[in-house]
Amino acid sequence: MAVGDTAAGLQFIMIGVSFAALTYAFVVSDFSLRLVTLNSHSAKPMLYKITGVWGNHEGSMLLWVLIVALFGACAAWFGGNLPPSLRARVLAVQAMIGVAFMAFIIFTSNPFLRLAMPPLDGNDLNPLLQDPGLAFHPPFLYAGYVGLSMTFSFAIAALIEGRVDAAWGRWVRPYTLAAWIFLTIGIALGSWWAYYELGWGGFWFWDPVENASFMPWLIAAALLHSAIVVEKRESLKSWTILLAIIAFGFSMIGAFITRSGVLTSVHAFANDPERGMFLLGITAVFMMGGLTLFAARASVMQARGVFSLSSRESMLLVNNVLLGVAAFVVFVGTIWPLVSEMFFDRKLSVGAPFFDKAFTPFMIVLGLALPIGAMMPWKRGQMRRALRKLAPAAALAIAVLGLTWTVQGGRSLLGPVGLMLGTWLVAGALTDLWSRTGTGSISGRVGRLTRLPRADWGKAVAHAGLGVTMAGIAGVLAWQTEDIRVVTTGDSFDLSGYTLTLTDVRSEDGPNYEATIGDVTLARGDRVISILNPEKRYYQVADMPTTEAAIDIGFLRDVYVVIGDPQDGGGWAMRSYYKPLANWIWGGALLMALGGGLSLSDRRYRVAAGARKTLPGAKVPAE
Amino acid sequence: MRRLALILCLLASPLAAVQPSEVLDDPVLEARARDISKGLRCLVCQNENIDDSNASLAHDLRVLVRDRLTAGDSDAEVVDFIVDRYGEYVLLEPRATGSSLALWLAGPAMLLVGAGVALAYVRRRSRAFPEDTSLSADESARLRGILEE
Repeated sequence: MAVGDTAAGLQFIMIGVSFAALTYAFVVSDFSLRLVTLNSHSAKPMLYKITGVWGNHEGSMLLWVLIVALFGACAAWFGGNLPPSLRARVLAVQAMIGVAFMAFIIFTSNPFLRLAMPPLDGNDLNPLLQDPGLAFHPPFLYAGYVGLSMTFSFAIAALIEGRVDAAWGRWVRPYTLAAWIFLTIGIALGSWWAYYELGWGGFWFWDPVENASFMPWLIAAALLHSAIVVEKRESLKSWTILLAIIAFGFSMIGAFITRSGVLTSVHAFANDPERGMFLLGITAVFMMGGLTLFAARASVMQARGVFSLSSRESMLLVNNVLLGVAAFVVFVGTIWPLVSEMFFDRKLSVGAPFFDKAFTPFMIVLGLALPIGAMMPWKRGQMRRALRKLAPAAALAIAVLGLTWTVQGGRSLLGPVGLMLGTWLVAGALTDLWSRTGTGSISGRVGRLTRLPRADWGKAVAHAGLGVTMAGIAGVLAWQTEDIRVVTTGDSFDLSGYTLTLTDVRSEDGPNYEATIGDVTLARGDRVISILNPEKRYYQVADMPTTEAAIDIGFLRDVYVVIGDPQDGGGWAMRSYYKPLANWIWGGALLMALGGGLSLSDRRYRVAAGARKTLPGAKVPAE
Repeated sequence: MRRLALILCLLASPLAAVQPSEVLDDPVLEARARDISKGLRCLVCQNENIDDSNASLAHDLRVLVRDRLTAGDSDAEVVDFIVDRYGEYVLLEPRATGSSLALWLAGPAMLLVGAGVALAYVRRRSRAFPEDTSLSADESARLRGILEE
């Protein structure tokens, strides 16, 4: 069994070497490699030469298995507190996943194919990917997807062992949290990139490829909550195991959707039926294996804790049901065009309007229930007591609802409801923190506030983050204003109380592109706030134009300006947007990730690791 | 990589989405046109509505929507007009008829199943709960005694 540790470490090092080799090939622009020729260019900035390594199918798969191996190696190196048999089984399952994906790389997507006649220069990376936001978006997403492979391995190992207890919950939760944090950051980066790069400030499109990353995120969020119940109350065990299996299943379905091109026929990343079949095969094998094992062994797990209908446990179940059903809605909506065409011979589209209607209600209910659930005591509690503590937060939220509805003058309820939910969640999180300090003098309670476990802070920060994101989404969707017009130099126009003036349009050369840049003065009354420089770029090698929006970023609003084409009658097409609360969307996501990080650094996880160092082998858990 | 499809669409032609020349003079009519456009798919794009799309086909559709509106069609008539010509595929929000009912009902049905299973589980867990764990009058008196010492 001990061989597993060494093997896991070795596997990581070997894949690391091959990843380093590929990176080197990109850095020195070795065009005898087919992949480098197709995706790089000698004139490209160094940053994008390196990020080009994973800006393509083959290289990103290599990064994927590198992360699989890294997680395995982490379990080997830092998993000293795991019982040896459990650790060996976790590593074995993790290695099986690694082997499956390595076979995928070798048989269908070898990054090291060579060209007999190396060309003089490469084809360049897609210019839209030459951007810091997108450069680091894939590694985060992969770390998230692959982190869920670790929880899958833990689930399978526990099923084989036939034992799931509080300790298992404690071991598996850090990996789930880490995976969820990575997914949160990865999704937020992608969304932010779309916002400033695609030229009209959209931040979420319900694209199948986006949904592919969103489903594992939802399930991981459910999983990390149910793992708390396993850890603290020894209930919901088989449900948590099932969630762990499903979460990784969605990760693999995500890889399949992204890379097979089944749902996205014009998707440029990988449009290869052979790859699709291979990935579908891997997904099927792991899912069927996992679910069969689950069906056979789930009955072994005995729930210990008892709890009543009104308790933290029940409210966490509500969380799980809502998140699970929400993920299911996204899943059905994503694959429905395929199902409908295959089985009903009906070719249709499922897009943003469907998801807005079918998905949003679950999030609203989740937002309404969350602060109450977070305040409920374990085992048995009284909802009335939790509600009484939350009365000020509820009053504030309702006041915000009434106020915004009155101010906006009876338009759609979207904006007011979003702000109300945001207020309710943030105020609820603060109430929760405050009520944890017990009773006594204000100063004593403030002192205690700083000594609360980091998990409490993490919970409050992450929940508040969700509220901030909800408010941001509602704000920008409900109250954004837009202006489309032809502008000649010297022209001024108004946008939601701001005055924009196009003073100049000039040309400039970048490292591997030519740019047309507008100088736009943003002013409020007589006061100049900033000079915005929207750009249109043309990348010669890739023969591709891009737009670079200019954004004046503010706490309460963004002003977003895009310059379009020169018009026949003189002047330029210009689009400008006023986007209230836009930054709250990603600010909230950052808060969620930060909250996750705080929870991850909680004492009970660190102590478990520290105890191993100080007392080697002092306490072996009884088998 | 996400949104490459979208990106491909941007490449289809270097035009920006809605052009200043397309915008109708009547703001009410224009707002209706924008609303309708957001629900119509750009047929040559991947999951992009005609309002955001740069493809020339999307431009034609936007103009068509505005022409019908100016001619006095209601919103539903405009959508029907376009569905008649391009098929159901053009709608980003599938109509809840026939087999697509399953799509719309999937979420609510799953919610019922999930809530039912969860409720049954909670029932079972709470039945295992010892009936009455609160202190008897005698016990509370003793507790008070101990606390006051």
